[in-house]
Amino acid sequence: MASGDTVHQVGEGLDTALETRALSVFYGAAQAVKEISLTIPRNRVVAFIGPSGCGKSTFLRCFNRMNDLIPVARIEGDVMFQGANLYAPDVDAVEVRRRIGMVFQKPNPFPKSIYDNIAFGLKVNGFQGDMAEQVERSLRSAALWDEVKDRLQESALGLSGGQQQRLCIARALAVEPEILLMDEPASALDPIATGKIEDLIGDLKKDYTIVIVTHNMQQAARVSDYTAFLYLGELIEYGDTERLFTNPTEERTEQYITGRFG
Amino acid sequence: MNDARFLPKQAKRKRAGAIFQAVCLVSIGFSIAVLAILIVDVSRDGLRWLSWDFLSRYPSRIPARAGIKSAILGSLWMMALTAGISFPLGVGAAIYLEEYAPRNWFTRLLQTNISNLAGVPSIVYGILGLAIFVRFFGFGRSVLAGAATLALLILPVVIIASQEALKAVPNSLREASYGVGATKWQTIRYQVLPVALPGILTGTILSLSRAIGETAPLIMIGALTFIAFAPTSPMDPFTVLPIQIFNWTAKPQADFHDLAAGAIIVLLVVLLVMNAAAIVLRNRYQKRF
Repeated sequence: MASGDTVHQVGEGLDTALETRALSVFYGAAQAVKEISLTIPRNRVVAFIGPSGCGKSTFLRCFNRMNDLIPVARIEGDVMFQGANLYAPDVDAVEVRRRIGMVFQKPNPFPKSIYDNIAFGLKVNGFQGDMAEQVERSLRSAALWDEVKDRLQESALGLSGGQQQRLCIARALAVEPEILLMDEPASALDPIATGKIEDLIGDLKKDYTIVIVTHNMQQAARVSDYTAFLYLGELIEYGDTERLFTNPTEERTEQYITGRFG
Repeated sequence: MNDARFLPKQAKRKRAGAIFQAVCLVSIGFSIAVLAILIVDVSRDGLRWLSWDFLSRYPSRIPARAGIKSAILGSLWMMALTAGISFPLGVGAAIYLEEYAPRNWFTRLLQTNISNLAGVPSIVYGILGLAIFVRFFGFGRSVLAGAATLALLILPVVIIASQEALKAVPNSLREASYGVGATKWQTIRYQVLPVALPGILTGTILSLSRAIGETAPLIMIGALTFIAFAPTSPMDPFTVLPIQIFNWTAKPQADFHDLAAGAIIVLLVVLLVMNAAAIVLRNRYQKRF
């Protein structure tokens, strides 16, 4: 059972990319995340599952301090990244977000050209290398290059939903983050586009640590190495994905994955 | 079709729809009719006075020699200065309120007051301008004092229109920008403002077209009605088209009334050009993507 005192660890022997310590999030008086302590292993895919409103997206948005943008949100506890607490007073949220990238639920490309969508992150972060080369590399990493290489100067809004989402992934990769957070990245996409995103996640974990929130249990089972089940803001169970889906130790996990609620 | 629990009343519902459509048609018809009457009436009186001489001469005691050169130049000066003052102040205030201000009682108080200021009669701004710009700052009865007064007058509308334009920028765009490590300023400068700009420009130009027709506050701060020279600096005395029109309509001679009609046509054309500019600007920025 999850509580603040024990850190839930998975992936024995693996390096830790992120660790939360008794992390809580409050929206005004309501507590959305309740003292969750867990570790995210490096170069693995971790999925957060749970019914709507369980706090999984809120929890994810703590990892790159996106909740800072919500005035009523208040965070307690620590998020350790490379030995430092992301919420320490001397840590700059802007730098955190470059090193921990994010892909959102709905594709949100900038209303600019495909090229400028990628180049923006490079420019604002003072990228000194070859811009065009980095744009190409990012688009290749997101498996989008072949589809857009002849139309880089066209509007990103002319791409299909699935292409837009891969562009958003490329945009996040361009600034060379170490961790990629994905908040239900395929929930607005059709099954074929979803399949492409899922294949991409499999490729990307060689180079990145990926944390993905999904309400789709099959997706969690397909793409992730480890799965955390959250319910009402609490971490109910966290473990090896295959084990969690075939042999959950918590009753609520079993009820959820067998579709008895959610 | 004869399910007793439903009473479709198809005919009645369709009639209600038709009546509503007719009411809307009457509304637009009424507005257009009034405008048409105004244009026809003004044209009948004023059109024959329109000539290059009318535009290029200074006012005169003799109707046949009177022109509106100083009024046109005064209005142009006025618009340029008013835009130059109200645009940066208004957009800056709107950005602060939308992007930076904490959501607390003080911000709400500011917001309420700005909305109220938009409804304050323009003559009150004239009194304010007289006290602050003409006397306290010592601008005198100058173009600058007039422009500062009009800028103050349209500022609430510029702020509110700009705020609405900023509000219409989806939050997902801001998140995307922050997500790649952009700072707040970079997000506002490169993502939010370009998307909001067409709306901001439209709001500003529409407020300016209100300012160009304002008379009362300028009379209050002491714009002259008889100016036989063109203003050459912001500190010069001035007149503007509406004041020239007001002055001519107040004279007893019928010829001056027709001159006023001619000036009204010119003012309407200037307004039309400004609104057209607003549309062109908006379309140009919107088409980019």
